[in-house]
Amino acid sequence: MSRIQKIDIMRYDPEKDAEPYMQHFEIPVNETTSLLDALVYIKDEQDKSLTFRWSCRMAICGSCGMMVNNVPKLACQTFLRDYPDGITVEPLANFDVEKDLIVDMTPFIERLEAIKPYIINDDLNPDDGPTIQTPAQMEKYQQYSACINCGLCYAACPQFGLNKNFIGPAVIALARRYNLDTRDKGFQERMGILNSEDGVWGCTFVGYCSEVCPKGVDPAAGVNQTKVDSAQDYVISMMKCQ
Amino acid sequence: MSHLFIYWRVTVQTITTDVAIIGAGGAGLRSAIAAAEANPDLEIALISKVYPMRSHTVAAEGGSAAVTQEHDTLENHFNDTVGGGDWLCEQDVVEYFVEHAYREMTQLEQWGCPWSRKANGEINVRRFGGMKVARTWFAADKSGFHILHTLFQTSIKYKQIKRFDEFYVVDLLTSEDGKQIQGLVALNMMEGEYIAIKAKSVVLATGGAARVFSFNTNGGIVTGDGMAMAYRHGVPLRDMEFLQYHPTGLPGTGILITEGCRGEGGVITNKNGYRYLQDYGLGPETPLGQPKNKYMELGPRDKLSQAFWYEQQKGNTVKHPLGDVVYLDLRHLGADYLNERLPFISELAKAYVDVDPVKEPIPIRPTAHYTMGGIETDRYNETCINGLFAVGECSSVGLHGANRLGSNSLAELLVFGKQTGDGAAKRAAEFKEWDEKSITKQVKTIEDRLSALMNQEGDEDWSTIRHEMTDAMDKGCGIFRTEELMVEAADKLAELKERFKHINIKDKGDVFNTDFLYALEVGCSLDVAESMVHSALNRKESRGAHQRLDEGCTERDDVNYLKHSLAFYNEDKKPTIDYSEVTITKSQPKQRLYGAAAEEAAAKEKAEGKE
Repeated sequence: MSRIQKIDIMRYDPEKDAEPYMQHFEIPVNETTSLLDALVYIKDEQDKSLTFRWSCRMAICGSCGMMVNNVPKLACQTFLRDYPDGITVEPLANFDVEKDLIVDMTPFIERLEAIKPYIINDDLNPDDGPTIQTPAQMEKYQQYSACINCGLCYAACPQFGLNKNFIGPAVIALARRYNLDTRDKGFQERMGILNSEDGVWGCTFVGYCSEVCPKGVDPAAGVNQTKVDSAQDYVISMMKCQ
Repeated sequence: MSHLFIYWRVTVQTITTDVAIIGAGGAGLRSAIAAAEANPDLEIALISKVYPMRSHTVAAEGGSAAVTQEHDTLENHFNDTVGGGDWLCEQDVVEYFVEHAYREMTQLEQWGCPWSRKANGEINVRRFGGMKVARTWFAADKSGFHILHTLFQTSIKYKQIKRFDEFYVVDLLTSEDGKQIQGLVALNMMEGEYIAIKAKSVVLATGGAARVFSFNTNGGIVTGDGMAMAYRHGVPLRDMEFLQYHPTGLPGTGILITEGCRGEGGVITNKNGYRYLQDYGLGPETPLGQPKNKYMELGPRDKLSQAFWYEQQKGNTVKHPLGDVVYLDLRHLGADYLNERLPFISELAKAYVDVDPVKEPIPIRPTAHYTMGGIETDRYNETCINGLFAVGECSSVGLHGANRLGSNSLAELLVFGKQTGDGAAKRAAEFKEWDEKSITKQVKTIEDRLSALMNQEGDEDWSTIRHEMTDAMDKGCGIFRTEELMVEAADKLAELKERFKHINIKDKGDVFNTDFLYALEVGCSLDVAESMVHSALNRKESRGAHQRLDEGCTERDDVNYLKHSLAFYNEDKKPTIDYSEVTITKSQPKQRLYGAAAEEAAAKEKAEGKE
């Protein structure tokens, strides 16, 4: 069952290399070998300096996002059986490369923190017991709560590539997740960022973000629905001004 | 390279904080929020080797236990936990736990956790193994994921929590006499620079160590770092022989298939389609689609994993390309129900073993899962070093005893995370003075040690040592153990620790050096593995997850071993194993029974009580 797999990996060590370059590896694989398994094998057996993030190996921790034949994917969810002719692996697009397959996630984290991704509601008290939320009410925000923060949608987003200030798909989806939650009263506090040019209006609706999401989240829908909220919010604020 | 290290030395930055928390999984985040709420003026440093949402809490699936239904009682949850732990639990700790779990789960609900609901919008609960009444709160089959993200996102609200993401803590700092915590030293992975963080109290929330086994459910980061750090500072590791094998992992990878599957009615069959658990004190067989608490598939994890081993010996397991398996059958639950309750499991089975659970049973086998022992703490999660706390899987506060019940550990990190955050805030307020001389001396020693490791010549490498360690642990500390196999593992570990001194780090760079990081992790794992093997060797009885096949050790022995084991670190030789008393408040040890046998015994006890 075992065969030899060709893997080309983009390498970059900022202390040594002026430019990133591709390095060719060949390793034994079988039907079940994931790209992550392959990277771990290379690190263990062939090249101790190969650098990448990983942990859970079951597509839930969001660590191992990378470009696979130019498509953003999780390495643990990518199987080499699907790439019999070879595979090219590069760091996630649209982020600065730190070393090999490790990118600087700081821009993503800063955006996530900025939109206040938590329930804003001073009236809740655990001593009063759990709040009531029907399955239908949950359904409204549930898909947006499934985001694992892997960053694949940012690598897929042409706007984020062009405008480094664009708040981006996953974070807008997360804002939407809280805005739609019956327990939350923070809508207005989030709309400032969402209304801006770098907020939802920065999106040109390519929709590739939703296509690459490994967890079936639909950030494109989140962005579009928030545009409706944003337009309404604008009209209401104009009326209040008058 | 010497130039480089001189450079590092002069640029070691020192910062001061009130509370430092190491690890930003569920327990660390809950502690951080509690400390921030206990005293809003405190500065809290939250230090983690990965971004918080990568922490292994993320992979927990089934749910979190708290007495919820009208007909359930705190006493039930207490009895399930103490009996499930084969009477090695600290009973005062269990009492505190069952009393506080519901409020903590509610708090998490109000922070936004999308717990699954009933049609009327109330919290829903599911059945879980070893629990008499359904009391497990769940968020579909991604409970840990939602708990972790809810806590992480909520923590952002507290500006006084300063995160140090991707900083690897290399050691603790104490006063000269080692009795008072003073802070820690961490390696900033992205820059390759060390930072000393002086802290008035420190919380270890670094997770378990099941990565010392080769076949396990754990993420790559679960290497026992915090346990090793405390252990090397003289804090004993308690009950380390109790390592939980989860009965249902995927063959090959060991990826977790939640106990929630069985809570929802999944059944386990051998190669003959026979529900063999009825042969191992868990029967009689319950009708398909009618799971019964504490019967059959809803027995505790240790018993189920042991039953698999017996079936394997009898030749009743199935030969799968990835090893011997039995089947977890969910087909009778139907596509819609699986999609609602177990969507992640369905996704994992399809991706990693090419099985659609709607149409085929899932091949499964036991896999190393959870470290029930850990850093010894008192009932308030404080260790024997003043101001040093431990919480969550890295700790042994005494909740799980010899066998943890599924869904008690997510509740643990909430209940005891809160308690620990409160305690750490209090200790920070009481803090007296910095031992500057001792801090300076230790920082230098730590740096010298690490630069020596980085620069040493040698012909060993961490990956070979790790492979040999995990193989030895699979063999020596498996579901069933013998003196011979454990001695073999102990000898192997001693050899590997010696060889580890001669490892060679190939990557000499500063930026995100995982060659160096993994070497440090393997060093930690070796120490933790050694504590497990020697604790196991010295416990000459069978209890909970520690089961022996050698003569005289196959039964529980309350006369000699109703005790916690304590492993004390010795540099360059095996640990010293000592014992401490178990706190018993209201449940005296009795025979541990499940299925009909338990009900018969209870009826008899009741009848005798009436006489």
